[in-house]
Amino acid sequence: MRKDLVMILLPCAWCGPRDATEFAHIGEVSARPGPDEVTPGRWRGYLYLRANPCGWTRETWYHRMGCRRYITVERHTQTNEIRSVSAAGATVEVPEPSA
Amino acid sequence: MSERDRAMRLPVQPGEVINRAEPLEFTWNGRRFRGYAGDTIVSALAAAGERVFSRSLKYHRPRGLLTASFHDPGCMVQVGDEPNVRGAHRLVAAGLAVTAQNTWPSLRLDAKAVNRLAGRFLTAGFYYKTFMRPRFLWPAYESVLRKFVHAGTVSPSTTPARPDKRHAHPDVLIAGGGPAGMAAALSAARAGASVLLVEEEHALGGHLRWGGPDDLAALAELAGLLAAEPGVEVLTDAVVLGRYDANAVAILDRRHGGAEAERLIRVRAKTLVVAPGLIERPYVFAGNDLPGVMLSTAVRRLINLYAVKPGRRAVVLTANPQGDAAIADLKRAGVEVVRVEDARRGGDVTAAIGRTGVRAVQVADGTRVDCDLLVTAVGWTAPTSLLNAAGDRPVYRPQAARFFPDAARLPEDVLVTGGIAGDGSLEELTRHAAAVGAEAARRAARIAAARIAATPTAAAGEPGPGASPAAAVSHPDLPELPVDAHPELFAGRTNGFVDFSEDVSAKDLRAAVAEGFDGAELAKRFTTATMGPLQGKLETVNTVAVVAAATGASIAETGTTTWRPPYAPVTLGALAGRAFDPVRYSPMQPWHEAHGAVPLVAGAWIRPDRYGDAAAEARNVREHVGIIDVTPIGKLDLRGPDVPALLNLLYVNKWSKLGIGRVRYGVMCADDGVVLDDGVTGRLGDEHYLMSTTSSGAATIWEWAENWLQTEHPDWRVHVTPVTTAYASMNVAGPESRRLIERVTKGVDLSNEAFPYMHVRTGQIAGVDDCVLWRIGFTGELSYELHVPAGYGLHVWETLLEAGADLGIRAFGVEAQRILRLEKGHFIVGQDTDGLTRAFSAALDWAIKLDKDDFVGKPELAWQAADGSGPRLVGLQPADHSVVPEEASLIVEGSHIAGRVTSSRMSPTLHRSICLAQVEARLAEPGTEVTVRLPGGRLIAATVMQQLAHVDPDGERMRV
Repeated sequence: MRKDLVMILLPCAWCGPRDATEFAHIGEVSARPGPDEVTPGRWRGYLYLRANPCGWTRETWYHRMGCRRYITVERHTQTNEIRSVSAAGATVEVPEPSA
Repeated sequence: MSERDRAMRLPVQPGEVINRAEPLEFTWNGRRFRGYAGDTIVSALAAAGERVFSRSLKYHRPRGLLTASFHDPGCMVQVGDEPNVRGAHRLVAAGLAVTAQNTWPSLRLDAKAVNRLAGRFLTAGFYYKTFMRPRFLWPAYESVLRKFVHAGTVSPSTTPARPDKRHAHPDVLIAGGGPAGMAAALSAARAGASVLLVEEEHALGGHLRWGGPDDLAALAELAGLLAAEPGVEVLTDAVVLGRYDANAVAILDRRHGGAEAERLIRVRAKTLVVAPGLIERPYVFAGNDLPGVMLSTAVRRLINLYAVKPGRRAVVLTANPQGDAAIADLKRAGVEVVRVEDARRGGDVTAAIGRTGVRAVQVADGTRVDCDLLVTAVGWTAPTSLLNAAGDRPVYRPQAARFFPDAARLPEDVLVTGGIAGDGSLEELTRHAAAVGAEAARRAARIAAARIAATPTAAAGEPGPGASPAAAVSHPDLPELPVDAHPELFAGRTNGFVDFSEDVSAKDLRAAVAEGFDGAELAKRFTTATMGPLQGKLETVNTVAVVAAATGASIAETGTTTWRPPYAPVTLGALAGRAFDPVRYSPMQPWHEAHGAVPLVAGAWIRPDRYGDAAAEARNVREHVGIIDVTPIGKLDLRGPDVPALLNLLYVNKWSKLGIGRVRYGVMCADDGVVLDDGVTGRLGDEHYLMSTTSSGAATIWEWAENWLQTEHPDWRVHVTPVTTAYASMNVAGPESRRLIERVTKGVDLSNEAFPYMHVRTGQIAGVDDCVLWRIGFTGELSYELHVPAGYGLHVWETLLEAGADLGIRAFGVEAQRILRLEKGHFIVGQDTDGLTRAFSAALDWAIKLDKDDFVGKPELAWQAADGSGPRLVGLQPADHSVVPEEASLIVEGSHIAGRVTSSRMSPTLHRSICLAQVEARLAEPGTEVTVRLPGGRLIAATVMQQLAHVDPDGERMRV
């Protein structure tokens, strides 16, 4: 566990640990369904429904005041511990949101 | 020097901080007083024999000096326009106008003191219970109660101070500049760390400052060593407000810029050493709030720092060496110590007697001793605020009668030293602090190394935190400080005040427990104990002790209430900091200013709204030629083989077959189908496009494009470069615009056949290479939008105006452009659409290509196309040509709201009022009569038009 890499200090995949105020929080990673076969319910779930778990979550951050890259961060919402960081889109596997 | 000054001001003291060579005059409630530079407001007043400095919150009891520090509950005063000044901290200055707060008609004769007589009715929860019913009377209650509230006055005409902000990144931040903090700073700096040492008082030294000759000598030595250490920055009269994750720390620097302008320092410290020392605790007994009841530290400060005699005849209740030292100080200062009650040998005080000050004291054996000063030294409170924020839960140790930090719960980057961690001789304390300082430096270096290791390097290949998770780091055992035995003294045999700021007595707390608020946190909220201006610094432990005694639990079981940031009050101004509102001007701004442009604030940009009569400017565009500065238009340079794919994704229309030199208008939606932005994009080369966005969307659309590229399509090869401010942009519009452009352009065939409408060319304008010319028409006229390298913007602008003089050229502003575009029926994103307007509601049916594989917002628009839901954007003309319905006027059917006017102007071309409106789809049929409700309530008739454009609906004027 990397206690020094908790929130407010966010490890950018490109720049290393930076103050969270340099970033914009985009939100939970929400997989975009294919546009043709999707039902309104599924699509609006993608648009509006978030799991907001008390625990591990995958979210996108944008290093607005830095390298301007979007990154995917695995963060624990209770402890702000960060488990992994990657370039957004590189290895995005979205867990099914729990019902 | 007045009579009384002579009486209470002592001869020169060895550690005094006043400068007798610099006397100062100030006023207190209108009367003149004298003090010396270095005096606090209250020390100067005390030297003059003043004893009462405020009235208490609920009962308006007279209050005087208790702690003689920033956290003195009775010493809040008004200084000029500034309320709630801590009078025992703020230094006196020449000409200060100091007044008492919360008194009427005067401090001495306070009418509100009738509350004292009613005291037995004003029990805890009185306000909650009494003024709850009937509810409708609350406003009346409130207006009366407000006059009784403890606060100064703010003048609306006060010139606001200019607070500032600073960022700091020390290796080691030390909170507390007593001997421990100083020793820790010294050893951390010697270990190579950069150190920021923060002290709340006006000088370093802590309790050494008001100590004896040995203390002063030790302080001088530490201060000398520290001054010689270049790695230490010292901030005095500054306070650490709070500690947040990863040692993000806020410091309030009160000294910066004088008394009124504070500065907030945002610190990211690698390690934090908490060394705040201890706060002396008051004792709870009858009359413990009378002026003349003081803590031993207050007495020692008055005598040794300010050379002020705290009274004439003193009774001292002591339970510790600090109290004993106070007795020695009092005797040296010529105060007659008439009785010493030693709590270690059963001594106690049961009551202080007097009306506006102590006149006598009743001691344990029932004796009544006449005196004007009662000094108590009954123990300490550990200010654990910063440690609480780092996860610490303080542990109560009964043998020492105070809470201690639980070092095991602290994270690696927070360390503790000094009195808060234990007792011991000065040597033991500084030795401990030195060890902690060195360890803080060592950990800071390790944390810095870990952060550097976590920073990806170009050589590392795949991005991601490079360092492996830190292995368990071993920390050397830090020395333990001894802990001295201390009797447990909280509340005595009689009832007294627990919270001086909130007027909460021990009886109130017991009543709260009896009513079922039987925990420290519950009783705190019900009685408001510890919730006043001192935020528990004096009151917390006594509150816990009284609640514990009333519930039968131990103090350890009851636990302390939670200290939360900020540790000390901070002005909203300091939090806000200096106002940084960046303002952007185009390169043509000097010309605009020279020609009387009326400025318009448009986001960060200042644009010319008009130069004179906007309608005349608009007419000139229709009849001759006009020029407008459109530099704020967003411009994105797009390069790469996959640009068409990106455009197809972002825009609702099709982009695959855009030829080189062609321009297309496009609309972007978000995935909810709501219109996000619009603009034109032109193809300049094989893999080179230039996109324009709305002025307000320039930054958003850049990030929008990047987001889609990076998160959804990282495989697409597209480079997006924002070039908004790299170009100065201007639009030349009107029937004469081609003639004008021809005069200044080289290398571009401007004939309608070679360069038709919706095409783009690059060439030389006014001798400037690499200009982009767009034939587009927001105004509905023949027009050319020119993007010129920004440095040449003013030159090209002036050249065009000169070259077009005989053609009747005139600059026009944003207002004329808004008139022209409304005549033409062009909608503005955010004006004629809102956050719910899906594309079919913006009359974009012609542009939306649902047969594309994918584009942002496609499913929502497909469903909107199928169900026809949502309002429609229509052109609207009032029956009465002279009435221009205000924008946002409602379209009504009786009491039903069926739409609204989104844009409206008087058309200088048609000489009639014209509008765009959002109406329910069933009313969108051309020719429909609707009713518009004007803001005053008047109803007018209006007709839905065949199309959005009021002028030249077939678009012939711009295609010539």
